Amino acid sequence: MNRIGKFIVLDILKNKIVLVYTLILAILSWSVFSLEDNSTKGLLTLLNVILLTVPLVSVIFSTIYIYNSSEFIELLLSQPIRRSKIWFSLFFGLSISLLLAFFIGAGIPILFYAPSDVGIMMLLVGIFITVVFVAIAFLSSIATRDKAKGIGIAILLWMFFALLFDGVVLFLIFQFADYPIEKIMVGITALNPIDLARILILLHLDVSAMMGYTGAIFKNFFGNQVGIIAAFTILLLWVAVPFLISLRKFRKKDL
Amino acid sequence: MIEINNLSKNFARLKVLNNVSLSCNQGECIALIGPNGCGKTTLIKSILGMVIPTEGTIKFKDTFITNNFEYRNHIGYMPQIGRYPDNMSIGQILDMIKELRKSDIPIDEDLFHQFKLKDILNKKMRTLSGGTTQKVSATLAFLFNPDVLILDEPTAGLDPLASEILKEKIIAEKKKGKLILITSHLLSELDDLVTQIIFMQDGNVQFHKTVDELKSSTGEEKISKAIAHILKNNTHE
Repeated sequence: MNRIGKFIVLDILKNKIVLVYTLILAILSWSVFSLEDNSTKGLLTLLNVILLTVPLVSVIFSTIYIYNSSEFIELLLSQPIRRSKIWFSLFFGLSISLLLAFFIGAGIPILFYAPSDVGIMMLLVGIFITVVFVAIAFLSSIATRDKAKGIGIAILLWMFFALLFDGVVLFLIFQFADYPIEKIMVGITALNPIDLARILILLHLDVSAMMGYTGAIFKNFFGNQVGIIAAFTILLLWVAVPFLISLRKFRKKDL
Repeated sequence: MIEINNLSKNFARLKVLNNVSLSCNQGECIALIGPNGCGKTTLIKSILGMVIPTEGTIKFKDTFITNNFEYRNHIGYMPQIGRYPDNMSIGQILDMIKELRKSDIPIDEDLFHQFKLKDILNKKMRTLSGGTTQKVSATLAFLFNPDVLILDEPTAGLDPLASEILKEKIIAEKKKGKLILITSHLLSELDDLVTQIIFMQDGNVQFHKTVDELKSSTGEEKISKAIAHILKNNTHE
């Protein structure tokens, strides 16, 4: 890793919020697993907790951190350092620190209680969701110079993906219940990284039988290897596209 | 050394730089002066690549600076208002920059010693006064012995003692044949420093003259009076 990235990781790890985040994830994970005698049930509960908290913390912490780094960015820019390198280092620094927090907080208990392929999948999903929302934070913080606005955009995006999107999807399902929209639903799922992650896990938990015909279509698509690879490719796109758009904007930004 | 060609910069609808063309060479010590908001800092930031020009080109040592960053190895920049990460100490900032640069050039810690920064090495940047922050900025600008020094209001906020130290340092560097660009409002301070004057107004370069030319054309002995003379004549016209 490069030297700028190292500075950023060390700076973030000193931040108490990341420590508290790790601690909260750890308390949640350990207690969920020790309350449920069945590790599958535990995973299911933990899934909902993770899909709510991890995106929230990742996107808001990263957005605020990027805004607060404006001085640091300015200082580095007057040095012989490539602009894109500064932005990449910031991205890697934030991702690595939040991933470390996720792994210590939730990863270790998952591996301890559910060292199955579902557990591994859960870990992978958590990693991807963290990085996706760091990338979204980059997008929202480059969108405007105003810190309050930028954080507002980050919160709204989180609300959209975590809460609102499901409502919209449910609405669509009810409205178009008479039409064969199951295949389209698979496509719509790709528009929300959190939903994509949830479905990936649910299908591996064998509770998809409860999801009816749509579930069967999902199982058909995401259950096999091609589907899983497709899902992770889409998640990867969710990392790359927001970040690259922000990088393009950053390279043209006046400081 | 620095060639600026038809440089224009708009911030939204506001035109900050308007077709600026300049050429600065080694060994010159140039004062960039003009009223507030005339585009001095924008011009400097364009040279540093911090502001991306709307039109025009800048060449540094015969290479275009767009999408280039290595040229900044040769520039020491002291900003008007230095902004530094709040929770880092002076020592951490200096160490970080030194580690990032990892250059073989012997570093120049003259100002570091003269400003006695060693005694306050552990102070956090957020607790520093404006003047002390300026001292850190100055130390960083001179640290790597750059060929070009760009100083934006270097003495603003410094106490008389510190500003005298800085001025002597600038003169010493000038004698080594470096290109020095200074912006300042304190014209009286520039007398024993600069060899050339660039006067800007509303994003345009009004004139670029050597100090001797300026003095002989106006018949004044001091830069401040010569400039005042020109400004007065301009308003009369």
